[in-house]
Amino acid sequence: MHNQDQALIFELSTPGRIGYSLPEMDVPELDLSGLLPEGYLREEEAELPEASELDIMRHYTALSKRNHGLDSGFYPLGSCTMKYNPKINENVARFNGFAHVHPLQDESSVQGALELLYDLQEHLIEITGMDEVTLQPAAGAHGEWTGLMMIRAYHEANGDLKRTKVIVPDSAHGTNPASATIAGFETITVKSTDQGLVDLDDLRRVVGEDTAALMLTNPNTLGLFEEHILEITEIIHNAGGKVYYDGANLNAVLSKARPGDMGFDVVHLNLHKTFTGPHGGGGPGSGPVGVKADLIPYLPKPIISKRGDEFVLDYDRPQSIGRVKPFYGNFGINVRAYTYIRSMGPDGLKAVTEYAVLNANYMMRRLAEHYDLPFDKHCKHEFVLSGRRQKKLGVRTLDIAKRLLDFGYHPPTIYFPLNVEECIMIEPTETESKETLDSFVDKMIQIAKEVEENPEIVQEAPHTTVVGRMDETKAARKPILRYQKAE
Amino acid sequence: MKHRYLPMTEEDKRAMLDTIGVSSIDELFSDIPEKVRFKGEYKIKAAKSETALMKELFMLADRNADLKRNVSFLGAGVYDHYMPVIVDHVISRSEFYTAYTPYQPEISQGELQAIFEFQTMICELTGMDVANSSMYDGGTALAEAAMLSAGHTKRKTIVVSNAVHPEFRDVLKTYAKGQYLEVVEVPVKDGVTDVEALKGLINSDVAAVIVQYPNFFGRIEPLKELEEIIHENKSMFVVSSNPLSLGVLTPPGKFGADIVIGDAQPFGISTNFGGPHCGYFAVTNKLLRKVPGRLVGQTVDDEGRRGFVLTLQAREQHIRREKATSNICSNQALNALAASVAMTALGKKGVHEMAAANLQKAHYAKKAFKEAGFEVVYDGHSFNEFVVKLNKPVKEMNQKLLQKRIIGGYDLGRDYSELSNHMLIAVTEQRTKEEIDTLVKELGDLHA
Repeated sequence: MHNQDQALIFELSTPGRIGYSLPEMDVPELDLSGLLPEGYLREEEAELPEASELDIMRHYTALSKRNHGLDSGFYPLGSCTMKYNPKINENVARFNGFAHVHPLQDESSVQGALELLYDLQEHLIEITGMDEVTLQPAAGAHGEWTGLMMIRAYHEANGDLKRTKVIVPDSAHGTNPASATIAGFETITVKSTDQGLVDLDDLRRVVGEDTAALMLTNPNTLGLFEEHILEITEIIHNAGGKVYYDGANLNAVLSKARPGDMGFDVVHLNLHKTFTGPHGGGGPGSGPVGVKADLIPYLPKPIISKRGDEFVLDYDRPQSIGRVKPFYGNFGINVRAYTYIRSMGPDGLKAVTEYAVLNANYMMRRLAEHYDLPFDKHCKHEFVLSGRRQKKLGVRTLDIAKRLLDFGYHPPTIYFPLNVEECIMIEPTETESKETLDSFVDKMIQIAKEVEENPEIVQEAPHTTVVGRMDETKAARKPILRYQKAE
Repeated sequence: MKHRYLPMTEEDKRAMLDTIGVSSIDELFSDIPEKVRFKGEYKIKAAKSETALMKELFMLADRNADLKRNVSFLGAGVYDHYMPVIVDHVISRSEFYTAYTPYQPEISQGELQAIFEFQTMICELTGMDVANSSMYDGGTALAEAAMLSAGHTKRKTIVVSNAVHPEFRDVLKTYAKGQYLEVVEVPVKDGVTDVEALKGLINSDVAAVIVQYPNFFGRIEPLKELEEIIHENKSMFVVSSNPLSLGVLTPPGKFGADIVIGDAQPFGISTNFGGPHCGYFAVTNKLLRKVPGRLVGQTVDDEGRRGFVLTLQAREQHIRREKATSNICSNQALNALAASVAMTALGKKGVHEMAAANLQKAHYAKKAFKEAGFEVVYDGHSFNEFVVKLNKPVKEMNQKLLQKRIIGGYDLGRDYSELSNHMLIAVTEQRTKEEIDTLVKELGDLHA
């Protein structure tokens, strides 16, 4: 079943071919050496490929066929919200007036762009229940760091300099502790109970005068709603800390519960998840941050404001943490998210969450007798299974994931969160049909049977992909990170 | 509620609720405490049909002065360049743009190989050993370079030239605060980093010296002299570079740079009102294991066939958590793909030809301004930008130019108080002689 190797573009290169059409040179051409200081005119050409336009298209088309996207098939990757990426978003983002506008043009010449951003802010304020939003952060992790920097500025402005610690649950996304470090904080971990929720006793134990913030995803990465959320936010607030909402799982609670109403002080959203980004093979994303009123002064600058009928970039923000990104954020992704929100409307967004949660619960119930279900209660938009039963038969969760590739699926997230053994984390999203869910579940059940009857077929999977399992140890031991022409 | 993105029918819903064993969807939300339950619907705009929404947003976009209908001389880090039409065709393939990060290499070889090729092209242009799979943008890449330097040297001061993009410096200062680093700025002399002033500022606590090449004023920094001073002090030499310029300029790697960062926007990426663009990050071999973000490496599969994987992941947040080299997770993969396609289309010859055209046309424009009686400030060897002194505020001039469908240059007075009424003019390969002559004439008329 395996296909042939796809040559690197450098290996397809032939001297003398070109794939470009540059504008005419209509000014006098001078000797380049006279236009640059001595020693600064490049002597050796960069070894870029030389290929015709058709060769290039064939190369990238061949590469695309070696890649699984959401449009290729079901992609139930937990915590990543792989929902349909509407095509209208792509069209709108490519309008000349959005794609081909320079960020440093006079404000009067970009009123349409500023109005869109302002209106997106207003929509996100309502959706999150916060008081103000910045669209500057480029991605979720960037938003986390931005939010934590604001919390730091807030404590510092209050002369509260001993707040050096950020609490994160053991089930948190890896970016949470990493962002805390980059923002200058130390990370403290709070345990989960055997019900999969934050252990309130442990939280009371770790919280204190040195607590700057608690970072929390709700529903958490197990797909469970933190039922004691008001107690949690109260414990932190009573200790003088702030509570940070990691919005990676917002798809679970649209129109059901708003972070602002749960007592969160800062929120980041992943517009490339809940609001149909798309993911782009790893990015670009967009990670807006919303805050409650007492944190507004610390928002990154500029912020987009409305004065009369005019939209302006407001730089006059003396307490701002400063700039977190050149210009105003990943505008092109913000345009897509705005288009999506306007395509859905309030009733549409409500239905999004309802179907996302219905789909997850349906799959969970159908799979419950075939795989271990560590938390047997209604889940939200995603749920976790454990492959420990299969592991006892010699088949690991990784093998199950690889076997799913044979059936044309992208596997679920595996081995995360860290507090579940042989974890399999499934997030179907609301845009999948019942038939798709059923087919996937049927294959999962088939695999569970294979594990019992014919484990080799699972252990040796995948069997149908263009390459087999990769030697990752070799890749890391002697890294080859670029093409080099054979001498 | 029926919607084209929501496939469930009432019948599906009933069957699924039966399987779950509940009578309504509401029951699935019973774990949300009453006190935090949101009642009703968001107070946001009602949904619009595809046609109506397209029309509304088209009209909104149409209110912006775009670079297609206007002639732009605005640069300052973001440029109007030739975009091979194939770029958009490639990045519109949904196998690429609807995929997630390539965590499953067997079904992500396309993306992984494209990024491996991107890494190679960035290495080729910058003259460096290793490049990562992309950063958010040039500004955050610069800040990450400063953090890497501080971690590597265990020093706490970052020296940055005042001729580095002002917004990049602002981003650096925000990150530096997070990491308790001190940022010291080196003044500019005659349009380039003041080498003598740098000598006075450098000391044993300096982790890195950061310069831009070509710098914010378009000038070519004396990397050779800078390198000697910086490495003499055992500081890291960080160069922020427009990768297109490296089609004609000696790459920073040749001058001993330790880290080269920048933005690949000039290669096939739309201006997008400032983002998304595509940061790049390149280092020498000795810093390989300290690079932030994702790296794609070549390996073999279980049958010995060549393939590609995300590698050296022990640096990254999902493995290392609070000890990661950076918190970056999402990057700019699709834009790295766009840049790869553009670099491939341009190829070995085209990248040089396009860079040379920028140099030639900007030189012609600079000469034309001088001949028309304008003062070119910070005159000297430059790439595709230069500074012209005006006798009126730049904002005022630009508003008048816009009436003639010209987007004028950048107002340097925004960032440099001594340069009010000074315009930073960018001339790329896209500008024709006629357009350049028109700009000189129009500004001349406004100047009179």
